[in-house]
Amino acid sequence: MAKKPRVLIAKIGLDGHDRGVKIVARALRDGGIEVIYLGIHNTPEEIVSAAMQEDVDAIGLSVHSAAHMTLFKEVLRLLRQRRATGMVLFGGGIIPEEDIRALKKLGAKEIFTPGRPRQEIIEFVKSLSGSRRQKTKRPASR
Amino acid sequence: MTAKKRVFGNLSGTEIKDVYGPQDIQDLDHARDLGSPGDYPFTRGVYPTMYRRRLWTMRQFAGFGAAEETNRRYHYLLKHGNTGLSVAFDMPTLMGYDSDLPKSKGEVGRCGVAVDSLADMETLFRGIPLDQVSVSMTINGPAIVLFAMYLVAAERQGVDFEKLRGTLQNDILKEYIAQKEWICPPAPALKLINDTIRFCVESVPHYHPISISGYHIREAGSTAVQELAFTLYDGLTYVGSGIETGLKVDDFAPRLSFFFNAHNDFFEEIAKYRAARRLWATEMKRRFSPRDPASLALRFHSQTAGCTLTAQQPHNNIIRVTLQALAAVLGGTQSLHTNSLDETLALPSEEAVKIALRTQQIIAHESGVPNTIDPLGGSYYVEWLTNRMEAEAKAYFDKLDETGGMARAIELGFPQSEIHRAAMAYQKEVESGERIIVGVNAYAEREGRPVKILKIKPDVERRQILRLKERKKRRSAKRVTGALEWLTRAAEQDEYLMPPILEAVRAEATIGEICGVVRRVYGEYRETAAV
Repeated sequence: MAKKPRVLIAKIGLDGHDRGVKIVARALRDGGIEVIYLGIHNTPEEIVSAAMQEDVDAIGLSVHSAAHMTLFKEVLRLLRQRRATGMVLFGGGIIPEEDIRALKKLGAKEIFTPGRPRQEIIEFVKSLSGSRRQKTKRPASR
Repeated sequence: MTAKKRVFGNLSGTEIKDVYGPQDIQDLDHARDLGSPGDYPFTRGVYPTMYRRRLWTMRQFAGFGAAEETNRRYHYLLKHGNTGLSVAFDMPTLMGYDSDLPKSKGEVGRCGVAVDSLADMETLFRGIPLDQVSVSMTINGPAIVLFAMYLVAAERQGVDFEKLRGTLQNDILKEYIAQKEWICPPAPALKLINDTIRFCVESVPHYHPISISGYHIREAGSTAVQELAFTLYDGLTYVGSGIETGLKVDDFAPRLSFFFNAHNDFFEEIAKYRAARRLWATEMKRRFSPRDPASLALRFHSQTAGCTLTAQQPHNNIIRVTLQALAAVLGGTQSLHTNSLDETLALPSEEAVKIALRTQQIIAHESGVPNTIDPLGGSYYVEWLTNRMEAEAKAYFDKLDETGGMARAIELGFPQSEIHRAAMAYQKEVESGERIIVGVNAYAEREGRPVKILKIKPDVERRQILRLKERKKRRSAKRVTGALEWLTRAAEQDEYLMPPILEAVRAEATIGEICGVVRRVYGEYRETAAV
């Protein structure tokens, strides 16, 4: 089952630094992944609604405003609330090491900081396809 | 040696020859193309004395948490020899939102200082005499509101507007192009800018009402040539727009200032600043024929390139910043911000920002570089590169003229897609190893102990919201309503907005309330997402 992975890529919060996120979105698309690019200035609610509607395998968020702890937490909460825990959350931006550990503990799967090659992100997303369907069968794992 | 022929190119993709000589600048006419420092076309510098009379202003951009925390940082910077201030606002402030809005959640005081109303602005400058320290404010969409707050804060310090010095960024075009913090669409945004320019012309003679910025365009991934071209063209657009509203070019052009990036390619950056001065002078003369020579002189602030800093081996960033800062000084900058080594991780710590400031002081006092003006003038390579960049920027001007101006080009996504393309190309070069970044794609090593970074207190948002609520209780609701109604009427009738905004600020209306009126009357700008 070579299902093409679907991923939602967006900026969350108020910051407009979209150089990185656009490069990532473009690289994923060129890498054979179906990308829904939501642009800048999205709230957690808008992100999760779009992700559910588009039925994506993963959500990739970029934050450069240092609001990542609050915003990622909120997205994860909304995903749990809507029983979409099979959807993988990952991200990138200006995020210190300590916060990366904390975000992973909260449930973010991976955080890519500046300097990571695009290929790594493509491979990461590709490794997700298929794993999702299995996960969604066990909604009780809160 | 490998058999493959190496191509030497700079960051704009220009191929660089092995050596330059007289034949490369055959047509250069000293009087016409260079002139003396302080004289048209200002290629060698805008002042006849440059750093011999006065060094550049060392202006570190800073802001985080609540106003009192940033105020402490300002005192720290001034104590260590910073000679001007530069305010970094948080995201809600940049977007014209109050701290207690749901949209602001998680963002308050995180990447800049939270300013909701006049009281925050007063706290920000507590103990800092505004007639003695020049203040630059990085604010665009809601610039007119923050400017009014700054003016009233000065007034309450007993400082006359005539004594105020500083700069308001107030450059909305580059927001649509690159930085992307805005309130309303271009036409009303330009109207707000014209109102601040008018107020400065009439009442704040030493203040720069606008800082036309290439910095963010470059950070978004543009080449040096694109930065030069789009920024100067934005500048010409503001001049045109000011004249259209009835201002005389010589009344405000001498108060315009610019803001450029100081990136990695040393000579390309120096040539960029020199080309910028000449191109601005010649284009201003050609397009608007001002009488005052000061209308032709391009003054600029510069900041080292944040996007060149690496999280890997962060101490290497000190060296990068040193080279970039040196290029800005050799290029004749009027003021400079040097980035701190830890800025790929977080806002800078006190220790890191002190090293950044010391970098400027070492260049100023130990290197001997400021002793003479434009020391690279006459270099075959630098003059050739200056000519070349000017010509390439002019080609962009022609294209933008044909398109029907910058506002139209933005609508069509032209500068945005040019920048995106350049950013992609740069990324590919780095990933293929064609362009080496030390510590990232070469000489990489296992990372050692992480540097100590600045922590924003977790309760900053809660405290700021609490303070905002308190202040709203204490102010006269009637006066606030009156001021906001006046502002609404004035905006609807397209009147001059400084008076009602000053009244609203004095009444302690919040930034969200004032910008709320702007949003209601003029509408909100939304970008179509595209990659």
